[in-house]
Amino acid sequence: MTLQATTWQTVGPFFSIGLSWLYRDNLAGPGVLGERVEITGRILDGDSKPVPDGIVEIWQANSQGRYAHPDDPQEKTAESGFTGYGRIPTDDAGRFRFTTIKPGRVSGPDGKLQAPHLAVSVFTRGLLRRLITRIYFPDEPSNSEDFALELVEASRRETLIAKKMDGRPDALEWNVIVQGPGETVFFDV
Amino acid sequence: MNKIPEYRRYIPGTQPPHLHPPYISSMKRAPLQPLVALPHTLSEITGPVFGPEIADVTACDLTRQHSGEPLGERIIVSGRVMDENSRPVAHTLMEIWQANAAGRYLHGIDQHSAPLDPNFTGCGHAVTDSDGRYRFVTIRPGEYPWGNHHNAWRPAHIHFSLFGPAFATRLVTQMYFQGDPLIPFDPIFNCTDDEKARNRLISQFDWETTIPSQALGYRFDIVLSGRESTPMETHAHGEKS
Repeated sequence: MTLQATTWQTVGPFFSIGLSWLYRDNLAGPGVLGERVEITGRILDGDSKPVPDGIVEIWQANSQGRYAHPDDPQEKTAESGFTGYGRIPTDDAGRFRFTTIKPGRVSGPDGKLQAPHLAVSVFTRGLLRRLITRIYFPDEPSNSEDFALELVEASRRETLIAKKMDGRPDALEWNVIVQGPGETVFFDV
Repeated sequence: MNKIPEYRRYIPGTQPPHLHPPYISSMKRAPLQPLVALPHTLSEITGPVFGPEIADVTACDLTRQHSGEPLGERIIVSGRVMDENSRPVAHTLMEIWQANAAGRYLHGIDQHSAPLDPNFTGCGHAVTDSDGRYRFVTIRPGEYPWGNHHNAWRPAHIHFSLFGPAFATRLVTQMYFQGDPLIPFDPIFNCTDDEKARNRLISQFDWETTIPSQALGYRFDIVLSGRESTPMETHAHGEKS
């Protein structure tokens, strides 16, 4: 190693000036294969107050479990029209909402498959660097053998699993509690 | 599955902690539980890919986005994006945003009494070339007051957002200006322990990119996480390579 990675700094309160041009809250455009799902939630701070100046970024595989990226060596089909990237700001109530498809399982350590999940970055004023977490799906049998969930204390795993919403079979709720009781699990990546 | 090397982890002290009490906003937004170390998988070593067509030519010249020229000192901010292994990071998306010359952001919640500039939006983006190089034309942003503590002023800075090749290489940072007297007092600049790491956020005045009678040049090089030399499956098994 010859160089050292540049240090992070907060996005601050005015990031929408620079980042709004790439807001993408629908990852499941026309023709994209897979089961549609709307995911909505709020970012809450240590006083359980909504965070109105936040952003979540999503990175995920397609319904076959293939990433739209040249380093994905899996013998699965990439899908034109599916980038796997989303960027969604929170509103005044700290709420974000996006539509996507449930991803397939991608390979994990030891060649075992991971449970379907979305990789998530959270940025807000007050965060000096991003928070990294994952969204898993409810009623998914493979969650019980997912290596990343196994790294997490059992009592905190549920913070990573989206919840079903009453009367909305195509919608899930998943909140980001950045601090305090029920704090979301964040990863060091 | 093929063996794919993980990206390097940050060196302790060279990145900010989540909780940095002098920056008041971090107090209620920093997680209190320890982070869970996650070995890099396919999900972390891949990331969004943007083609060069995403950035049109005017997007990297913040002085030409309106009918007139913005007020302020025209500058050229350029540099090179490399990884920790000294390889250029080619064709990666960069985004910038900043205050105008008077220190005011074009944003609804900016309460600073300084004027807006109808000829300046303050945002741009660009894709690095095959050698990792980039170049923005803009104006030098003004310093501005903020509510962190009594008589708090942010040094002049430009926000940068970069993707790099993977989810693991994402970076958001701020670039400062050599000689700015506010830098030593800024809780955001000073959130990182390592002094050398902090000081690499300060761009350097650069004669080479200065254009006579036109614009001063500032050089700002950026380093993204680079790959480990050992493949990730070796780590997962705990074997010796």
